[in-house]
Formats: sequence, structure tokens, C-alpha cells
Amino acid sequence: MDAATHSKKSPLHSSLRYRLISFLGPEHVHAASAPDVVAGVQPKLVVIPGSESELAEALRLVNEAGLAVVSRGAGTKINWGNPPSRADIVISMARLNEITEHAWADLTVSVGAGCTIQTLQETLAQHGQRLALDPLWPSKATVGGVLSTNDSGALRLRFGALRDLVIGATLALPDGTLASSGGKVVKNVAGYDLPKLATGAFGTLGIITRAVFRLHPLPRNARSFSMGTKGMEEARRIIQAIQNSKLAHTALQARFENETAPLVDILFEGTEVGLDAQEAQLKELAETASLTIASPEIWNARQELWSFTKPESGAIAKISILPAEIDKSAAAIAKSAKVRQLRCKTVLQATGIGFLKLEGEAANLRLSLQDLREQFESNAGSLVVLHRPAGMAHLDAWGNAGDALPLMKAVKKQLDPGNTLNPGRFVGGI
Amino acid sequence: MDTRILEELRAIVDDRGLVSSPEELHTYECDGLVNFRVLPRAVLLPNSTEQVQSIVRVCHRNRIPFVARGSGTGLSGGATPVNNGIVISLVRMNRILEIDFPNARAVVEPGVLNLDVTARIQHNEFFYAPDPSSQTVCTIGGNVAENAGGAHCLKYGFTTTHVLGLEVVLPDGSLVHLGGKTLDAPGYDLAGIFVGSEGTLGIATKIILRIVKRPECVRTLLAAFNSTNEAGAAVSGIIAAGMLPSAIEMMDNLAIQAAEAAVHANYPDCGGLLLVELDGPVAEVESLMTDVNGICRSNGAWEIRIAQSEAERALIWKGRKSAFAAMGRISSNYIVQDGVIPRTALPQVMGEIQRLSQEAGLRVANVFHAGDGNLHPLVLYDRRVPGQPEAAETLSAKILELCIEAGGSITGEHGVGIDKKKMMSKMFAEPDLITMQRVRCAFDPLQLSNPTKIFPTPRLCGETPGEYTPHPLESSGLAERF
Repeated sequence: MDAATHSKKSPLHSSLRYRLISFLGPEHVHAASAPDVVAGVQPKLVVIPGSESELAEALRLVNEAGLAVVSRGAGTKINWGNPPSRADIVISMARLNEITEHAWADLTVSVGAGCTIQTLQETLAQHGQRLALDPLWPSKATVGGVLSTNDSGALRLRFGALRDLVIGATLALPDGTLASSGGKVVKNVAGYDLPKLATGAFGTLGIITRAVFRLHPLPRNARSFSMGTKGMEEARRIIQAIQNSKLAHTALQARFENETAPLVDILFEGTEVGLDAQEAQLKELAETASLTIASPEIWNARQELWSFTKPESGAIAKISILPAEIDKSAAAIAKSAKVRQLRCKTVLQATGIGFLKLEGEAANLRLSLQDLREQFESNAGSLVVLHRPAGMAHLDAWGNAGDALPLMKAVKKQLDPGNTLNPGRFVGGI
Repeated sequence: MDTRILEELRAIVDDRGLVSSPEELHTYECDGLVNFRVLPRAVLLPNSTEQVQSIVRVCHRNRIPFVARGSGTGLSGGATPVNNGIVISLVRMNRILEIDFPNARAVVEPGVLNLDVTARIQHNEFFYAPDPSSQTVCTIGGNVAENAGGAHCLKYGFTTTHVLGLEVVLPDGSLVHLGGKTLDAPGYDLAGIFVGSEGTLGIATKIILRIVKRPECVRTLLAAFNSTNEAGAAVSGIIAAGMLPSAIEMMDNLAIQAAEAAVHANYPDCGGLLLVELDGPVAEVESLMTDVNGICRSNGAWEIRIAQSEAERALIWKGRKSAFAAMGRISSNYIVQDGVIPRTALPQVMGEIQRLSQEAGLRVANVFHAGDGNLHPLVLYDRRVPGQPEAAETLSAKILELCIEAGGSITGEHGVGIDKKKMMSKMFAEPDLITMQRVRCAFDPLQLSNPTKIFPTPRLCGETPGEYTPHPLESSGLAERF
């Protein structure tokens, strides 16, 4: 039975709705409509709990009723991953958006999962601090959504990804358990590191209700440069020379489009005198490449991939490769795009994480993504599909999860035995 | 253990790889936490992943608990043997399998010593960042189990930051690969949960490490204050100024005396000593060092020295890193504590520690990773004086309670092991601990891998494969089943 017929044939039990309303209030339980669709599946009900305990209770009741739950922040990445096999209830995190404690002198913040990244950053900036993370769509994206999708940008090179920034989290499990782990100090090895387990889990193990992050000071000054290169080989040479140098850059990325010569961008942060010295060193390393001061806008290149000429003809994938194989990977992308008659645009970060947009005919997009996935996987890497056009035949979003898949399924079974949370969305059918 | 099983194990590892005579087994009855001792039934020293798998399969089939062990330097009893169990020592698996400079990766076996990784890559200006004080003798496998830290994790992060992938023998003997050489492998971050799980989820047999390019320069500053409170205020000033030093360490007067007696580090005799290290590009570091200097002066530093040579810098660090062992110079016995507080709670917690110390009539020396609020109070006592060992234990536990009350943690880098199991219930609520144990059940449904560690109330997993036999903990009424 497919998801659509399933949802038509099993109307939501009215007593469940009544019970939800009884403690959430009628204004926080409403029928789902078209904008609530999750990757093509129409949920029936949206609930908006106002506290962690309300959320845990709502989740417990829904789980008992055997219905499937999608947790949602702003919904900016709600279509990532595989389409859910079932999606009955959307639990919105909108009201769990409080910044509980910005312990600025301790460089930590405790924040509700529904808080947007921008609101969080604005609050932190009042004390000259930031969450050293540059996720997509920060004005809308929420803490919980960014954590669940493990979405980090170019700053990762210097500050690490979410796994390195999150120091505590509270999870609501389908049985109604609220479990906290980690804490609010940066250094802490007491108990299992569950915040890391929840990071990137796409809400399939529990709903993140709150997180604690370590913070960094806002930079005193920042300077970005762009280097125009003659080709991929030169881009690789520059990136490797920079990575092999004593420069202390904060971010480094290569941008390329179809078969044009790539641009290499670099970001420095620090004191004016420190930046001057690094700029001088960079000029030596860049050699033949043309070096220009760039606007900070270049760091939005990843996000700009989502501006499609026609959304129904584009696909976006996150790729992960060995950092020294940027040129080989870029060549593979260009070649595949050419063979399949596609336009391509890629942003590759020095960490080996990249974002790739392909545009063209749906069948060819699919073939190209498959080609590339095969090539990257055979070299320790991966390709995860983030966006696909409606007309494209099914292609697993994740690819090979390796020999730990049975273990991942065992973890899922322990925390969500009823398969209530985001069923079917994650690797290997989880 | 019956001889049949012993012979089966011997066949896997050959004679060199099996220790079973009582006198030799005593070497393995404890780790760095010496007041807990359990004699293992046998110690196995495999030299390959396949041998580890075969040993674990025998254990699994016969329901024999096992404890993995590296150099045994852990301070929380993570490698203390388990009754009727065996110890699997990984010291013979000590090969560095691969160094990949272009990708900044190293692949090592668990028995490789921490400092040997850096020794192997420093010619190419790389280093392995996590630097626990025991780094000359502790193993990477042990570091993975404990998520070891060190002085420089303030800037560089912990072991977990630097472990990208793991080959793991699960408690049923099967082999899995978690994470990998590239980032964000599809699926759950099981490498993230494995690191720091204190040997309770399986045995790592290969570890993919991230290695780091050496910074252009390193500058180390030593500042003498009249009190730890003044030194603490300087730390707050440095953080508030938006700097992230690679290390900020603090020692109180008693710790300074001990370090002086042991290694003649030539520290100034003061109430609070601060060690601040900055690294990075020369121009940047020089500029920030001027700021640090000013912040220290304005908070009452009366002597400031900057190491003028690598030898001077090494001596400064030698004093700090030998601080625990140095306590032997000023006290016949001592307990090393490891707690964490939000850094701003330092003056208040220090005041309380002092009060408790006076109340108990025992001296407490203090060594901190001040940048991240990780305290290492050393409770000094004399075993020969009746009542003192107990009083020292009580005082040590009370210090941890202070850490919890201040919103901190019962351990920043030494682990829970058996030493701090009881404190887990004070730091975490029951649902938190049960959830962690549910994750454990996914890895180790029979609870054979280092059982009796971390969790105050072991809970057995609901479903176990194969025929039901009561777990020894269950029969003896020590644990309940989910």
C-alpha cells in the first residue's frame, strides 16, 4: 500500500485529536494542508507544542496510536532525504524557540530547537559572540533543523561541524522519554555523546527539543579573497599549497561552473596586522592566479545553487570526497555533465565537502548522479541527493551506508521501535 | 574458566599472546585507578583484527565478559578487569598503517602510543593534536575509549574531533566500519558515539585520525598572580577580548611547590600561576600576545615571562604535565580528581574547595585547564593515618558535587569508569541514563564489552539473540531487564 492510499483509508482517530487539543489548546492543533506536504506525502494534522513536556506527551500519544511523525522547524530542508513511507502528524517546533541561557562569559548558549539561526546569532552578537557555523537560509532555518540535517558551510574548515559545536541536547523519544545528554560545559566525557548521535539523524531517533552549543568570539576583522585560475589543476595546486602552508585561514572553497576555469575563495579572520601579513603570504602562494579582494557574498555560493533557472529541471547533491582529490572530482563532475548534456555548478570546500547542482533532462540527471555516486563511493566518498525535480524517477537519497547499516538499524529499533519518527527517510530504509 | 575455553583462546593467539599464570595476571588487575583491583581469568594479546574477532567470538559464545586495555594509564578504572572476565590487551597492535599527508589523515592500530603519531609526522610539519598528559605512554585506542583531552583541546578539540573513522569489532565478533576517511558518511554518526564510550560498545582495531599542520609559531607566557581568583579574572579577560588561545593552564601554590620539587620548572613562587599559549601566524600571535600581557598586568600579575626558546617552553610544559606525579614529592598519597565547571564559577568553587579542605583537615592542590573550566584538584592524604583515606574519598566526592551544582560535569577527560558510576545519577536523571543504555543494547545486547562501567544501575537489554540464559548480574539481583 502506498503512502497516499494509506492516508486516505485510515482517518485520524478523533479521540487522539481531542486528547491533543485537551492539553495543547485548540489553536495549537490544526488540520494539515498542502503547504505541510513532506516530499509528496500529505500529513493529516499539525501540532505545535509549547513546551518540552507537551511535546513529549504529544509524541507519546501519537506513537501509541501507531501514527507516523515528522518534526519540523521552518521546513527549509523538509524535502531532503527519501520521501517518508508514512507521515501522519507534523510536530512543529515553532514555539520551542527560546534562548534559555547565553552564558557569554562561558562561551555557551542553551537554545530551543525552534529558534532560528539568525535570531540566535543576533542575540549572541550582543556579546560579541557567534555560533561558528554558516548553514543555509539562516534567517529561516532553525537550530533543530540544522542539527538534524547536519548542515554546515565553509566555516567548518576552521571551527568544525555541528558535531564539534554541540555540547548538549535534549531528545524526546516516541515513548515520551525526555533524555538529556552532554551538558553545558565544553569539556565533558560523562556518559554517551548522544548529541552527536542525533546530529544528522534526520529526526529518525528522537526529536531534538533543545541544544547547547559552544560559542566563538566574533572575528575582529575579516577579509575575503578570490583567485581566478586557469583550470582545475591550478586550482588544486593553489588549494594544496594553501592547506600545506602556515596560513591560518578560516574558510577555503573552489567554485566552478560547466567547463569554465574555477575560482578559489579564501577567508581570513583576525587582527588587522595579522591579516596584512597573511595577505602578503597568500600573494606569494597564488603565483600565477589573479588575486582580488572579494565581497563576503562569495560565501553564499553554496546557497545560491538553489536558485534554479527551472526548479523542475535541477538536482542538487552533497558530495564528500578526499580533500586532495578536488581536481579529480571536479573533472569527473564536468565529464559526467558533458556526457549527459547537463549544466553543472559546484562549490567544493577544502574539507572535501561539496555541493553540486546539475540541470537538464530528468532522466539524464538521474544517470549522472548515479555515475558520480559510483565514482565517489569507490574512492571512500559519498553523494547524497538533497533536491531532485518532481519528474525524476526514484533514486535513493543516500547511497551506500556501509557495513554498519545493521547496527544503525539496531540503534533505531532501540530508540524508536515502532518506527514512528520519519519512517523511510534515512539510509537503508530507516 | 574451564580449560577447554582457555585452550581455544590459546590457539587463537599462540603462547606469546596468552597470559594466564596468577603472578603475571597481577600486572593487569588494575589501571591508573589503583584502589580497585580485580584479577582477570586470562589476558589475551592479539596482534591482528582477525585475532580480536576470534577472541570476542569465543567470549560471545561462552558469555564471558571482556575488557579491552591499552597501556592501562586510565585514571577512572575503565580498564579494571571484570569478575570472571578476560582482558584483551591491544599493545601488540601498534602499527602506524598509513600516513596520508595530502589528505591530512593517519591510519593507526589501537596500540600505537599517542606521542608516536606526532613523532612519525613531525618531519613534515604535522602533529596529532590531542595531548593528554600521559601522551608518552598512553595508546590511541585508550584515547578513543576515553575521548582523551589534554591542554590544547581548548583550541583543537578532543579525541572525538580528530577521529574520522573506526574499524570496530562488535561484542558479537562482527566487524564494522564507522565513519571513514571522508566526512559525513551517510548514516548515523556512530563513530561519534563510540569515541568516549569507555570500551562498552566494542573494540576499535583501526583508527583513522585527522592530523594537523603545525602553526607558524607558538608563544608561551607564564604569569604570576597572588591568587587563583586574580589569575581566573585574567582568563575571563582574555576570553572576553575575543581570543582563543591554544591552551590556558592554571596552578595554585601547592601544585607549583610540587612541580618545582619534581622537575625544577623554575616557576615563580606565587598564589596563582597562569600559563597561556597562543599559536598561529607570527604577526597575529605577536599582536595578541601584547594584549594577553596587558590583560594579565591589569589583573594583578606581578611577573610575566615569555618562553624565549623551545627549551624554555618545553620546561614550562614539563612542570605542568608532571604535576600529578609530582604530588608524590609533597604527599605520600593523593587522589587525582577531574571535574568541570563553567569557567565563571571558578572563584566560588575554589572558595568552597578551600572550605571543604579546611573542614576535612586535608590539603588540596589545584591544577586546571582554566580555559575550559576543567579542574584537577588533588586531594593529599596519608594512607597510614587512620581515617584519612576515607576522608580523602569523601572530600574528593564533595568536590564533584560542587561541580555538578555549578552546572558542570563529573569528568572532563578521565572518564567515568568504575570510579564515578555513582556520581552519574547525580549528574543525569534516570531517563537520560536509560536512554544511553538503550544505545548500548544496540551494540552489545549481551553486555559483554566492559560491563559494570559508566552506569550506576546496569539494565539488561530486553531482547537477546539465541536461547535465554539469565545474565550473572540478573541472577544476583544487581540488574533488571528492560
